[in-house]
Formats: sequence, C-alpha cells, structure tokens
Amino acid sequence: MTRLLQVRSLDKRFGGLHVTRNVSFSLAEGERLALIGPNGAGKTTLVNQISGVLRPDSGAIHLRGEDVTRQPQAGRVRAGLARTFQITTLAPHFPVQRQIELALFERERLTWRAWRGIDRYPALQAEAQELLARFGLRRHAATPTQDLAYGEQRLIEMALALALRPKVLLLDEPMAGVPKGDGARLLEALGALPRELGVLLVEHDMDLVFRFATRILVLAEGAMLADGTPEQIRRDPKVRAAYLGN
Amino acid sequence: MNTMTLLRARLEKAGDASAPRCAPPWRAPLATFAIGLAACTLLPEHAGLLTRVFIMAMFVLSLDLAVGVAGLATLGHAALFGVGAYAAGIFALKVMPDPLVGLAIGVAAGALLAFASGAFLLRYQGFTFLMLTVAVAQIVLSLAQKARDWTGGDDGLSGFSVSPLLGRFAFDLEGRVAALYALAVLVVAFYMLRRLVDSPFGLAVRGIHENRARMAALGTPVYARLLVLYTVAGAVAGAAGALSAQTTAVVGLDSLSFALSAEALVMLILGGAGRLAGALVGATVFTLLHHTAASINPYHWLSVVGILLMLVVLVPPAKVWPWLRSRLGAKA
Repeated sequence: MTRLLQVRSLDKRFGGLHVTRNVSFSLAEGERLALIGPNGAGKTTLVNQISGVLRPDSGAIHLRGEDVTRQPQAGRVRAGLARTFQITTLAPHFPVQRQIELALFERERLTWRAWRGIDRYPALQAEAQELLARFGLRRHAATPTQDLAYGEQRLIEMALALALRPKVLLLDEPMAGVPKGDGARLLEALGALPRELGVLLVEHDMDLVFRFATRILVLAEGAMLADGTPEQIRRDPKVRAAYLGN
Repeated sequence: MNTMTLLRARLEKAGDASAPRCAPPWRAPLATFAIGLAACTLLPEHAGLLTRVFIMAMFVLSLDLAVGVAGLATLGHAALFGVGAYAAGIFALKVMPDPLVGLAIGVAAGALLAFASGAFLLRYQGFTFLMLTVAVAQIVLSLAQKARDWTGGDDGLSGFSVSPLLGRFAFDLEGRVAALYALAVLVVAFYMLRRLVDSPFGLAVRGIHENRARMAALGTPVYARLLVLYTVAGAVAGAAGALSAQTTAVVGLDSLSFALSAEALVMLILGGAGRLAGALVGATVFTLLHHTAASINPYHWLSVVGILLMLVVLVPPAKVWPWLRSRLGAKA
C-alpha cells in the first residue's frame, strides 16, 4: 500500500484558540479513513488545512510524496486532492451540467482558453453527461443548481470532486442536513467510490462511520485522541468517555 | 441507414435537448451591427449622438465584463476609459495621427492600467475592492490634473487631429465616418467578448462570480483568472476612451471622473448586468434619454434619470416581462 497523504505534527492557532494540536496521521491507497469528534473538535479546520484553504502554523502535509504545505489550493488539486464542503458550496445559478463542466475544464487545464465555445468540447460534454447519469441527475442537466433538492445538491458536491479524478478525496460531512429518507442515493454513491481512492470522511452519523470506515481517527479539542480500527475505537474507554457515550 | 441507427440518432438528439446550450456568438453582434447601421443610415443628422451611444455602449460592455460577468463591483471604471482617451489623444498630438494605431495605443493603455491596478485591487473583495477602485480612479484623475504639460490639466487636451481612416475615409464634419468607425469597433469588441464569455475561461470566471470557494476547490487559480479578465475589461474601456478622443478631438478631465463611473453603472443596471447585450441596451436607452430629456428641459433632466433609476431598481425585470406579456396577450 502506498501512502497518498501524510500529515505530520500539524499545529494551528486562531489567536488564543488552539484548534489543531500536533496532529499526525497518514492515509493509504484504497483506505477509508473516518475522522470523528465532538462539535468544535477542529475537524473542518483540519480538512481546510489539508485542502489549502488555511495554512498551518507548523507541521507538514505531503501528498503522494510531494510537500504541499506551502502550496495554494490549485497546486494540491493538481497533485490529486479533491474535497467536498460541509455547507453546500456550488454555483447556484449554473445549470447542473455546466457545474460539472467547470470541474472538467479545470481538470483538463483549459480555463485559460478564451475563444472556442464551451459547446465545442464534445468529449467533455459527453463525460459531464455520463457523470450526471451515474449520479441519477441526467434529467436535471439544464436545471439551475439552486432548484434541485438539497440531497441532490449534496450529490453534485460529490460528482464535482470525482470529476477531478482525484487520488485523495476529503468528504466533509457529506450527509449533513440530508433528510434520512433522501440519504440512500448518497450512501450508494459512497459505496461506489473507486476502490483505489484514499478517502478521508468527516461525519457525525456513527452508523455510517462504522459501516464505511476501515480506520477511524478521533479528534478532541484539536488533538488526536485515538487512531484505530472501528473495533478498537468502539472499545476505547477514552473515546467512549469523550464522545461516543455508552 | 437502418432503423436502429436512425433511432439512436433521434434518441441522442432528444438527449441533447435537455443539455444547456450557448447561443451562437455571432448572432447578437450581427443584430447590433444591423441595428446600428440602420440607425446611421436613417438618422444621418444624429451621427454625433449615435457615435456617443456606440462609445458608451462599448464602455458599459467593459463594465459588464467586470461587474456582471466576474462580479467585481467597481466605481472606478472611468479611470480605464480616461487613460485610453488621454493616451490616444497624446499619441495623435505628439507621435502620429493614424486612428487605428491610436486606437491600439488606447487599448494598450487601458489594459496596462487595469493590469497594474488589478494586480493590487484583486487581492481584495466586496466593499474593500469597491472603495479601492474609487481610490485608484481618484489618483489617476489627480495625476492627469497635475500633468498639465501632457494632459492640458483642467483645460483639457485638444489641438490634435486624426488622419483619414485606412488612409481613405476622412472624418467629416457631420460625423458619419466617426459613427460608422465607432460602430465597427463596438461590433468587433462585442463579438470577441461574446466568445470570451462562452469559452472555458468565461465559464471559470462566471464560476468565480458565483462561488469563489468552489472554484478554488476545483483548482482554479482565482486571482490569475480575474487579473486576465480585468485586463481585458481595461482594454475594452481603453478602446472606448480612444474612440471618444478621436471622434470628438478633445479629452477632458470628466473622462476620468467619478460621475462617469457611476453613470456607466446606472446604464448597466438599467439594461441588466451579466449578459453583455444588456449593457448595449442600457447604454443606448440612457444616452438617448439623457439627450432628449436635456433638450426638453436642461435643468431637470437629471430628475428624469433619477426616477427612471428608482423604477429600474425597485421593479425587478422578472415581474415586468410577464406583466407586459399578459397585457399584450389580453389585447391580441
């Protein structure tokens, strides 16, 4: 197994608030790693540092062997990292297919081209439609994104990340705000993720976490509380006290 | 062709119907050209006014690129117009009178100022960006005021003339060549911007307008894309300024003024931002209204514009169209 993502001694403060305390972990090819912890444990802050939205005060982040600690987001995406957002972050007025095309044009590094029309890239259009079909959104191709149900917008979040053909995928609470009944398609999409992809999943839904993850990290007050298999985590007395309860 | 392939072809067509499509890039510019040409032919005595319309349309087009397409709310756009006007005027005065070379100089000046100021401005967003665009425009204005030897200061820049277009068509007193020249440049610029907006680059910039965080997460170099877009907007504004200098043979400090920036923004809101064609409509309506209202009552025309602006802002176009349609439908 090759290491896709390696995080070493990451540390971050917001003024007096110590949000990330000496966090280290690694993610291997094909691994399904879940990051759990109580509200305010610093999970999203950690995801933001890995994806390049925030810069850590100290520590290092390596993506497929390359040090990306000082790289902006664009560089990390090129190195094979994609993420979704806890709060749906899409272009609300774009037709759904255009939304997907944004990711495809970016992946193919075509967005400096300013002459040929976007309709004149048939291969990318076909790929966008194929991707929409895979997520059951084909009939919404021309629908403005904001008119879709919330659960479907969460699917688009995931489709956008996959459109980039990443090696490492950060999923920040993909199920957040989705009504229980509408979660089936998202679960299906999670199950159908490419096998070799390394996935870091931040999630509050413990059923999902214990079903999906091959390894679990527990974060509390910015520090790593535990790192182990679902079985080890379930039995860990510290985790039970801090988070899982009895 | 057997039935299967026929059926498949039909199915694929049906599939395409649900896909979003862009309008062909030549359609709106061609229509603009036809309308502009018709206006020039039918109203030769108003050539001066039409020239003004074409120039303002081009300037508002540039503003729409920044405000409507990229979401960069600016109140300092006149700086780019004025610098193009002064560059073209000074070039005609000191170097050579050829209009097309002068136009190129105006384009370059606008692009250069946009690139240099944008490199600083685009690090900021929202109100900070807005206030800084005002500041940059004020700096350019006061520099133009101080550099009297070059710009003529408060008296304005004059005394330059422009040689015949392509060496053949002299700028006549009635301004017919000037109007056609301005129209031609406007149509070419409109066509190029139409293509730009519906290109992958334009899609990415519109994506940045919609959601910056999303585009950054997709790996778009947001700052670099916006800088290129702002430079293009500067080039178009500079071209509009150069046309203004060449067709009126005078450049005043008002071409750099805050009032011009604000007026252009009113025109853009009037026509509707973000679709380019709206910029042309808004600039035309506003300029014609300005002209007629000012000739009917030179003291109160501004209040007409004020009332119009209030109407435009308070009554959303989404409500006007259905209302108008039902009215027309009821009559028919």
